[in-house]
Amino acid sequence: MLGLEKKDATLLLVVIALALAAPILLNPFPTESAMAQFNAGYPDLMQKFAIYGIFAIGFNILFGLTGYLSFGHAAFLGVGSYSAVWMFKLLSMNVIPALVLAVLVSSLFALVIGYISLRRSGIYFSILTLAFAQMSFNLAYSVLTPITNGETGLQLSLDDPRILGISQTADGGIPLTSLFGLAMRDSVAVKLGGWSFEFSVGYYVCAILMLVCFYLAMRIFRSPFGLMLRAVKTNQTRLNYTGLNSRPYTLAAFVISGMYAGLAGGLLAAMDPLAGAERMQWTASGEVVLMTILGGAGTLFGPVLGAGFIKYFENIFSKINDSVLQNWFGFLPDGVENVVLWVVEHFVGPGWHLTLGLLFMLVVIFLPGGLMEGGQRIAGLLRGKRKSGGDGGGDDPEYHPGQTPHVAE
Amino acid sequence: MSKSNLTRRGVLRTGAVAGAGLAMPTFFSAGSASAFVNDPGNGPVTLGFNVPQTGPYADEGADELRAYQLAVEHLNGGGDGGMLNTFSSKALQGNGINGHKVEFVTGDTQTKSDAARASAQSMIQKDGAIMITGGSSSGVAIAVQGLCQEAGVIFMAGLTHSNDTTGKDKKANGFRHFFNAYQSAAALAPVLASRYGKDRKFYMLTADYTWGWTQAASMKAFMEDQGWTMVEDVRTPLSATDFSSYMTEVQTSGADVLILNHYGGNMVNSLTNAVQFGLKDKTVNGKQFEIVVPLYSRLMAAGAGEAVKGILGSTNWHWSLQDEGSKAFVKSFGTKYGFPPSQAAHTCYVQTLLYADAVTRANSFNPCDVVAALEGFEFDGLGNGPTLYRADDHQCFKDVLVVQGKQNPESQFDLLEVVEKTPVDKVMYAPDNEFFAGGDLGTCNPGA
Repeated sequence: MLGLEKKDATLLLVVIALALAAPILLNPFPTESAMAQFNAGYPDLMQKFAIYGIFAIGFNILFGLTGYLSFGHAAFLGVGSYSAVWMFKLLSMNVIPALVLAVLVSSLFALVIGYISLRRSGIYFSILTLAFAQMSFNLAYSVLTPITNGETGLQLSLDDPRILGISQTADGGIPLTSLFGLAMRDSVAVKLGGWSFEFSVGYYVCAILMLVCFYLAMRIFRSPFGLMLRAVKTNQTRLNYTGLNSRPYTLAAFVISGMYAGLAGGLLAAMDPLAGAERMQWTASGEVVLMTILGGAGTLFGPVLGAGFIKYFENIFSKINDSVLQNWFGFLPDGVENVVLWVVEHFVGPGWHLTLGLLFMLVVIFLPGGLMEGGQRIAGLLRGKRKSGGDGGGDDPEYHPGQTPHVAE
Repeated sequence: MSKSNLTRRGVLRTGAVAGAGLAMPTFFSAGSASAFVNDPGNGPVTLGFNVPQTGPYADEGADELRAYQLAVEHLNGGGDGGMLNTFSSKALQGNGINGHKVEFVTGDTQTKSDAARASAQSMIQKDGAIMITGGSSSGVAIAVQGLCQEAGVIFMAGLTHSNDTTGKDKKANGFRHFFNAYQSAAALAPVLASRYGKDRKFYMLTADYTWGWTQAASMKAFMEDQGWTMVEDVRTPLSATDFSSYMTEVQTSGADVLILNHYGGNMVNSLTNAVQFGLKDKTVNGKQFEIVVPLYSRLMAAGAGEAVKGILGSTNWHWSLQDEGSKAFVKSFGTKYGFPPSQAAHTCYVQTLLYADAVTRANSFNPCDVVAALEGFEFDGLGNGPTLYRADDHQCFKDVLVVQGKQNPESQFDLLEVVEKTPVDKVMYAPDNEFFAGGDLGTCNPGA
């Protein structure tokens, strides 16, 4: 189907099923139960899963295939957001032109930054991209304040021109972002017994774009172009000695992943029309690296999984506060309760970074191939019961052994 | 490897799948039984407390959270009732809000607009919060206020001092009790001119975001009216922690007053740097060098230690005030936490009470009814004397305190003394004042 081999087609179908059923799958606990705290099936978070999934898929095309570790991808995300918000301010609230401009502008940025940064490889490449991203951040944060509105962030206002749309709605509000009249904010809640599922337009727009991006990434992975990128990762020097110029390939990969990031940035703005400079900060660039490594660099589905994990921790664990903890551990005797509370409160609420850090360490130490390797090991164990000799990553087609001298891994 | 099997049948099938996918969202449309978003029905009502728990304003955020918890306790009839007893409106009975028990959720804004909006989004969408309050940075407050307007919930701004919050970025669903940069400057300018003379040259270090910009613009306008001249206004990043490099420039600039448009951790560091450089003991142009901090708080004074002695600034509220409301609030806050509240805690506590009172008076949680109940509301007994919630811009008007770092503090909390209470008519301005022009409230949005 769709020019894919059977195994990939199955994976694509699974991902499509997961994405479309996410509002149900992510809300496993009844609304009134104590576990409802851990439900993730609300529109904002699901949109983030899909959007950061796109971001990580794109990053993986560069990092997973060529091994070039970019520390500046957040710059493209931010550029995409700013372009999209400007489209909402000047043209109309339809998301299509905004997303198109976001992708175009970020690809231009990626072309310029990539052209310069790709003259170096390894750690020098990483530092160059980091420098460009910090430069963009500082420009957005203070120098270009008229365009970016600095720290406050670029927002819509009632007196924006919106030449193809309306400046304000009939009742004096700012119009909502929409897809041909279908507002991103619209949603329908379905109540089934104790459960409540929310299906939102914004999420499905993000999810469908994510699936398209996933499919494109799959085709790139399986194409001769993808093979060339893998050759760059395995040994670029040897590739150059065969007489091939590898730079057009790496530049193309860089621009493609920049466009993915721009699309993700545009979508962020389409879901919530605000663009802040923090989106371009180095921590945001580091986050996508973490997502990709946590999920499994070089695998197709890993980055999406990693993105989901990090966003889940950021949004769910950070919301657990003292009073919630007291509810959970209220049954313990006072002395024990205080000790347990003292320990646990460092790992939730503002301390969610600590939990994520521990998880990341465990994954990197025990599952160097990321969460995907964990999944494969479990699958291998299950299969091992049926036929002997299944050993985890051994039959993994994405597995590339050996030293890779030019990459910072 | 790539396999191209572009057959007619394949294309048709792909097209059908894609078409079905694209058409899917159209089956859903907004349809809800309630007239407004997050209607509590007969159950408890959830409020969202969105404060910075990390970043330069984390101290203020922690104190805000304490105040919110105290407010919820008092609304639900616990504790000693605090300012419920001194509030001029007697609608609140200690039975929750209009009979609904009050519950709350908290979130970390990280002092970043993006994170703050994500946190507020999840409170609205996941936890069913009907009112969002908090913010210790005007950038964040403005971003969250915009979101609340869009989502159709009420935003009761916490500590936000930028003119823009109720100026060019004002929103119908947003309300601010705290004073603003313009009022600070209006209250401070006459005091500064009478203490330090009319012929002064000042240098400003300004936090580079909406609050800093409006604070600097207001100070410049008011001080120039008093005959002072500005040497330079230098913008510093909000994330900066060391300001020594700026101090060398201040020393060589020929200015004899330094105005620090900084707040929270920024102000603690810049003031400490300035004192370390010996600026306070210098004599420039034959005059004693002076430092001014337009927006002061006790938490910052505690952070800066010895450096605050003698420094002038303005504040929204101080725990040493002797009116009944302030005394009741300090007493119940002190009983619960063991130390007096900051101005951030005060404004957040008051905002929660004001919201609860408005809902009760309107007998409705519908944001549009709450807006109507708050607009033009006059009240007293909440620590600032008679106060008006102006309908034109949703800004509170009340007296402004000019304070000074105490020379001989009696305790670790007794750091500031009130030198003047500027009456409200001195800090009043027209809604279309040049510092606030350009925005539009729009109309209230009940969501759904």
